[in-house]
Order: sequence, then C-alpha cells, then structure tokens
Amino acid sequence: MAIWVDEDIRLLVQGITGHQGQFHTKAMQEFGTNIVAGVTPGKGGMQVHGVPVYDSVEDAMEREPNASIVFVPAAFARDAVIEALDAGIKLIVVITENIPFHDTMQFVHYAMYKNARVIGPNCPGIASPGKSKIGIFPNIIFKEGNVGVASRSGTLTYEIVASLSKAGIGQSTCVGLGGDPITGSTFIDALKAFEEDEETKAIVMVGEIGGTAEEEAAEYIKRNVSKPVYAYIAGRTAPPGKRMGHAGAIIAGNMGTAESKIAALEDAGVVVARFPYEIAGLIKNDKEIW
Amino acid sequence: MKLFEWQGKELFSSYGIAVPKGKVIDKKEELEKIDIPFPWVLKAQVLVGGRGKAGGIKIANDMEEARKAFDEIMAMEIKGEKVKKILVEEKAEIEKEMYLSFFLDRSSRQFLMMFSSKGGVDIESMKENVKKIYINPLIGLQQYHLRKIPKEVRQIARSLYNLFVEKDCELAEINPLAIAGGEALALDSKIIIDDNAMYRHGELPKENAELTPLEREARSKGIAFVQLDGNIGVIANGAGLTMATLDALNEFNGKGGVFLDLGGTDDPEKVKQALEIMVKAKPKVILINLFGGITKCDTVAKGIIEFMQENETPPIVARIKGVNEDVAREMLKDYVIAVDSFQEVAKKAAELGG
Repeated sequence: MAIWVDEDIRLLVQGITGHQGQFHTKAMQEFGTNIVAGVTPGKGGMQVHGVPVYDSVEDAMEREPNASIVFVPAAFARDAVIEALDAGIKLIVVITENIPFHDTMQFVHYAMYKNARVIGPNCPGIASPGKSKIGIFPNIIFKEGNVGVASRSGTLTYEIVASLSKAGIGQSTCVGLGGDPITGSTFIDALKAFEEDEETKAIVMVGEIGGTAEEEAAEYIKRNVSKPVYAYIAGRTAPPGKRMGHAGAIIAGNMGTAESKIAALEDAGVVVARFPYEIAGLIKNDKEIW
Repeated sequence: MKLFEWQGKELFSSYGIAVPKGKVIDKKEELEKIDIPFPWVLKAQVLVGGRGKAGGIKIANDMEEARKAFDEIMAMEIKGEKVKKILVEEKAEIEKEMYLSFFLDRSSRQFLMMFSSKGGVDIESMKENVKKIYINPLIGLQQYHLRKIPKEVRQIARSLYNLFVEKDCELAEINPLAIAGGEALALDSKIIIDDNAMYRHGELPKENAELTPLEREARSKGIAFVQLDGNIGVIANGAGLTMATLDALNEFNGKGGVFLDLGGTDDPEKVKQALEIMVKAKPKVILINLFGGITKCDTVAKGIIEFMQENETPPIVARIKGVNEDVAREMLKDYVIAVDSFQEVAKKAAELGG
C-alpha cells in the first residue's frame, strides 16, 4: 500500500522532449516508474529514452496511461492539464512553476468536475519508494517504510526525507503539494489518504507561511486523524507582505503567519519541530509508532 | 503586483466604473493646469496601507491651500515609502460609503465577492457586516449572486468582476464605494495583479514599485531575492529551505539580510549571477546552504570559486549536501568556511554576523 501512486502506474509525460522532461523521464525510469508514452505537439513519432512520443494526449491513449506528469511551460500548462483531463486521465502531477493563478483555478475545478486528482502546480511530485515516482525528487533520498510525508516545499522536503532515511525511517509515500496559493491537492487530502493507508504509521507535514492550509489541516487532524503527526513550518522570521520565493508564501495582513500555524497544529496534538533536521529524532523516539 | 490608486482608477474608467474627476501630478506647477472646481482632495500615491491616518489625504478649498497640501504630502514618507505622485480629485458630495471586492480565496479555492454596506474602513475590522458570496471560477458570476447586494451597486459589481477576471487579479477592491448624487462612484482602488500573468498583459504598467532596485534586478534574472533587515545574506536552493535557513539563523541570534533562492540550477553562471546580486546587497557574511538532489554540488562549487577569483566577497560559510558533496567540499576548502550540518552553518554565520 501507499497513497495515490503505486506499481500499477502507467505514466504519460507531457512536455517530454524539453530539457526537464527528458532528464526526469530517465530519472523516473531509474526509480522504477513505468513510463508508457510522452506528448509534445509537433514531435509525434520521436522516442525519448525508449518512450514513444505522440502529438496529442488523445493519440497517446493507445498506450493506456493512467497518470500524467506535466512539464510544459507556464503559458501552456492549463491547456495541457485540460487536454489530459478530457482524455480521461485521473491523476495529473503538475511540476510547472509560475502558472497564472486564474489558470490553475480553472483546471483545479475542471479536475473536480472530472473526478480526477491534480497534484501541484509548482511541486516536486509524488513518490512511493519501491513502487513508483511521478516527479522530480532525487531518487537517492528515499527508503521504503511507514512514514507518510506531505509538503508545500521541494528542497526542504528532500532534506527532511533524506534525514529520515539516514535515521532508518522509511517512507510509504512522499507528496509535494506545491508552493502556489491554489493547488489541486491539499494537506487535508493527504492526511485523509494517509489515515486510511494501512502501511502508513506516522505522518510528517512540512508547511510554510501563507494562507490557512495548515490551520485547516489542524482542525481536520483533531477530528479525523488517529495516527501521530509531526510538522515543521518554514518562515517564522519572514516579514509580512513579502513573497518568500514561493508564490503562496506570503503573509497577507495578519493572515498566514508561522505562529498561527504552529499554535493551531500544537493545539491539535501535532509535534512541531523547531528545525527541519529534528523530525527524524522525534519520530525515532516515539515509542507508540515502533 | 500592486497598482497605485490612480492606475487602478484608470482601469476602472476603462471598465465603465465611475471615479471622481481627477489628475495625477508630480510637480507643483501642474496644480495650476487642473481644470476641476474646488474643493479638491489631494491624495498621496503610495502602495502601503494606512495612508489616511498618516495624513496622506488633504482637502484644499483654494489654490493656496492646494499648494500647501502639495508640499506637505510630497515631503512625506508613509511607512517607509516616499511619496512620488499625488492624485488631485474633485471632492464628491457623499451620501453613503460601502465596500466591494473580488478576490482569489485560497482556502475555498473559489472567487470570493465581499460586500459591506459600511465602507471606508479596513475590511478586517468590520467582519460582522460583511456579506461573502462565493463564485465558482468555471461558472462565473451569476444574477443570483448580484441579487444579494443592493440594486444600486450591481452594475458596478458586474464591471469589477469582469476586470478581476480579464486582468488576472488576485484582488480588485473598491473601498469606499460611494453613492454620490444617486450614482455609484469608486473613491479608492486597490488592485493586485498576479505576477505570473503579467506576460499576457502588455497594457498594464510594467514596473513593480513594491520591489527594491536590487529585487527588481534579481527578478529580471529569474532569481528569487528578498531584502530583509539583517546583515547575513542567505543563499539556499528552494524557497522552503531558504526560509528554514533564515529561521535557523534567528535561533542563534543571527539576522538574515537577504533571502536568495538559487532554485534548481545546474549552471555555474547562475550561481555567479546570484553571488553578484548578493554582494551588491553588502551583507557582512554570506551563508550558503545547499541540498543537491538534482543540482550537483560540484557545479555550484565551480560557480562560487569562479566568482571569488574575480570579485571581493565577505566571508562565506557553506554547508553543501547531496550529489558529489565530497568533490565540492575538496574544491571549496581554500575559499569558504565549510561546515557539515544545518545547525552548524546557522550557528557559525550568526557568530560572524554578530
């Protein structure tokens, strides 16, 4: 078991002929992901690392993909996601950064209408160690195990996952939800799935300033999550009104501060680490998990 | 990107939203050419809030008062922001002040229309009187949504909604929305355009006045860069990791002066560009915290060394983890103070900064 992504994934890569698309197609294959097709309009008939390239998602459906990863540039990303949704794909991971928020709103709502899941945008993707990876996480950081990780950040997650693995704590699934204000999947979606997943014994949340997703997650945890949850929140020292790298990492007025998130999570019984590298030790010392 | 009031009002006019007759000026002589009957309202054009309280809005009943108000406002600095332009407007006879806005609501992932029959004050302070109307972004604004607000402002709400969607706004706000002479009139504007969508709005102003000159330079090179109050420049890869590094510094009483997210680069040139901008911010110490997953540590090291051979830099404390970290560490040993852990790098930089 794992959440959302397992060994049955048959992946389509949208934007496969670009620099990122090619590089990560190979990296995902090395992880063990079964990549069945790629799409780049106008490049049909090519091959990238042995993967056949098609002009459209509709054409690529003859290879029966059941998930897609989107690397296409921001200006064309909405089009790519809607094309995949219309072709019937039910899991779409959007790596692309800097997509206009109104575009994201549209494809996120269209995905709801199509009963499909979008992960991202502006995210590192999702990986279930030993099974499959749809994303750009470095392969070397993972270890198979029982901790579920959900995060709004990229590199900070690599850092935390690597420190977990080094401490002997493996992961069931790691999902990067994305650093934008509007994302297809939220902490609550991930918490719900990890709570239901038999393999997952503990959950790690990596949040950051901006919005109220962590506060909403805290409310959800109080009512619905029985498994131990650990968290780290980045941006305690970030000033209000400044976008800290991620489009979504901004304190607006008095909304979205780290203090508010940490207080809400602690109130829900979540153990919040002061430093990212502390999480591995905290989990290791939790006798109830092991 | 935030628009100034006068820029927002120009947009309003182009959408048929009535605004007071006015002119934006930056020289005192221009007052003489203004063809609007007194009394006037002179309004400082700044992006920060709290302008009225700070004295940035003044009434003038004749030219003499107008000149005096001009001088006073132009000399002001409101929350650190210098006044560069003044909007001179006719003073409308106001019967009623209301509030109207549309924004992208992160938590519901919908458009949110907010209306209050009491305007002119901060929206956060008038929670109980606010009507919240959620709008599905795929379906858009419907008649029944508009029936929830008074008849006299429905047309303006429709126009503001169109502007909000067509100009890729994060926020489009009219506060106060006045009724003057029986007509709805936008007395102020607050508009935030999504930076990600600027590429498809050539008609909108290009210069983001909220950024410092260095922040603007960094942005033009695709580097996420934020100037802060402290004296330690932090370079890391990834926004979350950079923020976490600043937080860790603070735990050791160090003060971050620059947030620089290198992103997922594998190009020594980009590293050099990042250092170039960092050095211009004149930090006392530079802290580099890298986790190389896709980024190779030795490529970053190459960029650092090439830059240091050609330029003067403050001391650099570095912690470099990930792919080819051993090679990178060996390369950098004569150039930077290399430490092993996240904790140590923050501690060491804080020491040097203090």
